[in-house]
Amino acid sequence: MSAEIGSIRNRFEASLADLDVPVTRTTPTAFESTLEEIVSDPVVGTSLPFEGVSLPEWVDDEPTPATLEAATTSVTAASLGIADYGSVVLPSTPDGSEQVSLFPDLHVPVLRAADLVADMPTAIERLGPQLRDGGSAIVATGPSATADMGALVKGAHGPKDVHVLVLETEGDAE
Amino acid sequence: MSGGTREQKADHIRRLLETEGDAVEANTLGFNDGRYESVADLEDYEGLKSEARAIKEDAIERLPALIDEVTETVEANGGTVYLADDAADANRYIREVAGEKEAERLVKSKSMTSEELEVNEALEADGVDVVETDLGEWVLQVADEAPSHIVAPAIHKSKDEIARLFNEQFDPEEPLETAEELTMFARDRLGELIADADMGMTGANFITADSGSLMLVTSEGNARKSAVVPDTHVAVAGVEKIVPSVEDLAPFIELIGRSGTGQDITSYISLLTPPVDSPVVDPDEPDIAFADRDDDRDFHLVLIDNGRMAMREDDQLKETLYCIRCSACANTCGNFQSVGGHAFGGETYTGGIATGWEAGVHGQESAAEFNDLCTGCSRCVEACPVEIDIPWINTVVRDRINREGDDGRFEFVYDELVPDEEETGTIDLQKRLFGNYETLAKLGSATAPLSNWTAGLEPVRALLERTAGIDRRRALPAFERETLVDWFEARGPRVSAADAEREAVLYPDTYTNYVDVDRGKAAIRVLEAMDVHVRIPTVGESGRAPLSQGMIATADEKASRVYAALAEHLDAGRDVVVIEPSDLAMFHREYEKFLPEASFERLRDGSYEVLEYVYGCLENGANGARLRTGDNGPAIAYHSHCQQRTLGVDRYTRVVFETLDYDVLESDVECCGMAGSFGYKQEYYELSMDVGDRLADQFTAPEAKNRLVVASGTSCEDQLEDLLERDAAHPVEVLDPRSRLH
Repeated sequence: MSAEIGSIRNRFEASLADLDVPVTRTTPTAFESTLEEIVSDPVVGTSLPFEGVSLPEWVDDEPTPATLEAATTSVTAASLGIADYGSVVLPSTPDGSEQVSLFPDLHVPVLRAADLVADMPTAIERLGPQLRDGGSAIVATGPSATADMGALVKGAHGPKDVHVLVLETEGDAE
Repeated sequence: MSGGTREQKADHIRRLLETEGDAVEANTLGFNDGRYESVADLEDYEGLKSEARAIKEDAIERLPALIDEVTETVEANGGTVYLADDAADANRYIREVAGEKEAERLVKSKSMTSEELEVNEALEADGVDVVETDLGEWVLQVADEAPSHIVAPAIHKSKDEIARLFNEQFDPEEPLETAEELTMFARDRLGELIADADMGMTGANFITADSGSLMLVTSEGNARKSAVVPDTHVAVAGVEKIVPSVEDLAPFIELIGRSGTGQDITSYISLLTPPVDSPVVDPDEPDIAFADRDDDRDFHLVLIDNGRMAMREDDQLKETLYCIRCSACANTCGNFQSVGGHAFGGETYTGGIATGWEAGVHGQESAAEFNDLCTGCSRCVEACPVEIDIPWINTVVRDRINREGDDGRFEFVYDELVPDEEETGTIDLQKRLFGNYETLAKLGSATAPLSNWTAGLEPVRALLERTAGIDRRRALPAFERETLVDWFEARGPRVSAADAEREAVLYPDTYTNYVDVDRGKAAIRVLEAMDVHVRIPTVGESGRAPLSQGMIATADEKASRVYAALAEHLDAGRDVVVIEPSDLAMFHREYEKFLPEASFERLRDGSYEVLEYVYGCLENGANGARLRTGDNGPAIAYHSHCQQRTLGVDRYTRVVFETLDYDVLESDVECCGMAGSFGYKQEYYELSMDVGDRLADQFTAPEAKNRLVVASGTSCEDQLEDLLERDAAHPVEVLDPRSRLH
């Protein structure tokens, strides 16, 4: 891993720490066991477009309205991470990543370390062609929150907790 | 305004101060502090604001073409665009869509534009169940109240009030108490209502013409659900929300949350290009996998004109269209912090920029209801992420309100004497009185001390209150028989031009010249102690007083006269030194509207706030020991001036005091609440005192209560004296070598 990517990753993790959002580094080999420690059942997910990684068998990868309603955890792919903000970019997919990432109490976005960018303008530059191509995405930063009831509460309509998984290629693991 | 109307207004404000004031204050101060902290983290905040401003300027400039472009892209994406002339037109279209869908329920995410349309009422008349899903909006829907803030609509309600409301309305098994319980209750209940919805409605913070995407700024996730769960999505947005491209969004994403609620970024920035690829969440088909669905989504973008294209043609209101509705101008506003949007707002919009929106979309009468609450303190100017001159928009609308009834023939035209008065004959007596303060001061000084005795008499105060609405609880300024100009003419300069390091002309503002002559004398002694040759030119009022009453033509004329009187001095290389920050702010900000560019720049670049000038002298080798220093001077509680802070020159006072070894504690409120004439007005006296209480609290705290109160502005001094019952002084009066202040 280049020094630049390393420093962006550190900044991303520091931003998440400021938000009290846990982040765990993993590798394709360790992915399943890492995920297992984070989630609580039942778990739903949508497909991960990353080489060498797929959802474990114990994750419902064909969720329905009923299983989504019952799920406690969701696992979906993030296409970008933004170091300055601790944000993840969640592309909307035809298999339902938008609602899957939104309804359960815990959302686990999976992000490749190589997809981390430093700042907002870079992220939006990457998203430009995708939106012009009809795509949609959510720049998600931490859990759902509201202060409308007189104090800050997490989990207003969306997840109460977010736990980011950063996927490194095997050679990069420390 | 009649005495009766004033009393009604005072009653309304008093009631809001009592019922909603505390919750509004706590929330807006939290947002405002958050903004300062959050923008401080940006590497180039000013650059980002300028970038955002440039994007909006460009977008509004070519708005007709962008409307065409976005129509093409949305339609190419498979959606429909409807350009609605006004609210009725938009509502008719939306009702048709609901009718075609046979929609029984529509779920909404928060949208001020939908409030502007009153689309809920229109749909409900057709029997559609409209459900607000933003928790704050839902609270208001349950309570049947209007938003008091454009971003956080229910900030006027405390947690306990919401709990009482929910417990009464819904009678839950266990009474709800904590914010957590209230939130989870609302989440569950709204979740069920969303699941069965037939249509979703959102607003849009931005729309990109190149991709047909909507950007939605939210934290709860309800907009995501509203847009994605039902198969039909209607987005309503003013035409001004369109920006050319996706890439233009970046600066706004970085600025909007920071400027508004003080968050670096909100939880969710939705970038939706509808109709979206996400499958529908259909509770009637609970076991069909999302991946197996083949939905045919329906998307309608309803673009609203409703006066906006006319605002675009109006040179003064046009800037309003750059507004991104972040709420910074509300949160940073002293009056808003006290009273909230139920007083500081019109039919739909609230806060400083609301005057522009209301005048543009609902008409001047709606703006007239609350326009006076902008005191021109200008604190919102630096807070606005798109650099809108919000006080100017308020002044322009005030001017138009003053002229109502004269069919606008006299707009920006003035004659020889007091143009606004002469032309219209429609200006309220109270405004005329404060607007012509210079004339009043001249008269008061010429007849002092008789004028002061008379003005102190109870029958006179009662009359002033009844006819002009001057609150009798305020002490009126006492005029000096010998003006500063007269005194200096008799005394003459003590540092000759030949011996001087620099030459300065001290601007004799109305207050210094006729009322607080002592601070003028102190300023002269301070300047002379630093080897400055001082002159006092014959020059009139800056135009601040009439401008604050919306009398633009009078202010414009005064600006020309002031420039004419100072031009020769500027040409001779003399520095213009100004004691009163509100007058300096005229020279540095508002004169740009009144003078040719070269004249404006010349005066701006050649004029200095008096402590800024002292700082410059000290930096250039003047001997600070010739001034009174902290060694034998008092410990100080210093309140800067709102307009002085916006100009960025408040720091010099602090640095000078520190350089001269004073022990200084500084206030951090946005404004003292007096704002020139505002605090004298009967209908606003209590609001003014409430705003002032935040400052009083800081200066009565243990670490401040024994310090000398020092303020840069005239009205700040008056306000502090009223609030604290302690004497207040100008910084030059502390530094005056002859000063005995302790």
